[in-house]
Amino acid sequence: MTINEIQDELIEEFSLFTDWMEKYENIIQMGKDLPMIDDKFRKEENLIRGCQAKVWLHGDFKGGKVYFTADSDAIITKGLVSMVVKVLSGHSPEEIMQSELYFVDKLGLREHLSMTRSNGLLSMIKQMKIYAMAFVS
Amino acid sequence: MLCEERHATLKVIPINSRGELLMDSYREMLNEKVKLVSVNYVSNSFGTINPIQEIIESAHKFGIPVLIDAAQAVQHLAVDVSEMDADFMAFSGHKMYGPTGIGVLYGKEKWLNAMPPFQAGGEMIKTVGFDKTFYNDLPFKFEAGTPNIEASICLGVAIDYLNSIGLDRIRDYEEDLLQYGIDRLSTIDELQFVGTAEHKSSVISFNIDGSHPYDVGVILDQLGIAVRTGHHCTQPLMDLFGIPGTVRASLAFYNTREEIDTLFHGIQKAVQMLK
Ligand SMILES: Cc1ncc(COP(=O)(O)O)c(C=O)c1O
Repeated sequence: MTINEIQDELIEEFSLFTDWMEKYENIIQMGKDLPMIDDKFRKEENLIRGCQAKVWLHGDFKGGKVYFTADSDAIITKGLVSMVVKVLSGHSPEEIMQSELYFVDKLGLREHLSMTRSNGLLSMIKQMKIYAMAFVS
Repeated sequence: MLCEERHATLKVIPINSRGELLMDSYREMLNEKVKLVSVNYVSNSFGTINPIQEIIESAHKFGIPVLIDAAQAVQHLAVDVSEMDADFMAFSGHKMYGPTGIGVLYGKEKWLNAMPPFQAGGEMIKTVGFDKTFYNDLPFKFEAGTPNIEASICLGVAIDYLNSIGLDRIRDYEEDLLQYGIDRLSTIDELQFVGTAEHKSSVISFNIDGSHPYDVGVILDQLGIAVRTGHHCTQPLMDLFGIPGTVRASLAFYNTREEIDTLFHGIQKAVQMLK
């Protein structure tokens, strides 16, 4: 599936929820399901420091594709992180660099991307693109 | 910042697990080499009201000036700078229902006269010459440029408003709210208060077992409850308690018991969703 197909699938999945509680319960569940980052990558260099929640991110380059693993100490952030990982992981560096993550807006989660939310999500997306860029060169 | 500029050494007054300053340790730290004591009147993280009078008296025994950060005090308590004999006191306009971008720095005249201006601009100069410039008198010496007139007027109005209600009445009302809030929230088993000083302003800082304060904040936010989450710019304090931060409900005189009930139910919801 392309990045946009995965985004569209997420949007469809979330359209089933009728209120914010179901939506957030799903995000929390996704956080619990996220494959954890390998312990050896849970270190300072892989830490993306939002002001509040910590996010660890690691990227691997295999067969021309980038694979991400990530973790967070806050479960809602982890759920959001898992969605971004799901969308961007397993694609070529070029696809990742050119991607536009419209699903966040469509799911009504835009507030989590604002600078003042400082949960590290925005910096994480930026970091994923930097990983992709590094793998190209 | 002063440490970098002046090679000063910063020494920190330790606190106990309730979030109270250890006054014995503080007194032991004082000697003739200390240039300035700077302390919060009220802690923004925990709401602890520090024993300012004692702090100032002990410092003055060694001739040390004391700077009080009263940003979290002036909206909750009646503060009298001359009575407490503070050398300097600072507070922000927007934390006392006034406008942003303006604050107050009070200083004793003897210090202000002895201090050079920190900024140049219109109004702060008496006569200008190429070889010597004479600074204007207080307070103009420290008020370079055209002042923020609108905000000054607004801040004056905000202070008049607080005084018209009366800070003693505000304190009584907020104390009652705080007690109600503590009683109510302490019935939630998963909730841990952070900062349980004997003397506290109306701030309830807490965590939910096993949950990140950020997560609790997101859920309360969805319920329309405004709390602050995070380390409240006091990371060393949070490290001391081994937590990433807290959820902080700050109660003001416009809050009600019903709103505390709403907070109570909101926290219950968060506990249930995050477990
Ligand atoms: C105790 C204390 N001092 C200072 C500040 C900073 O005030 P200002 O934003 O007006 O600089 C705050 C809050 O932000 C505070 O709680």
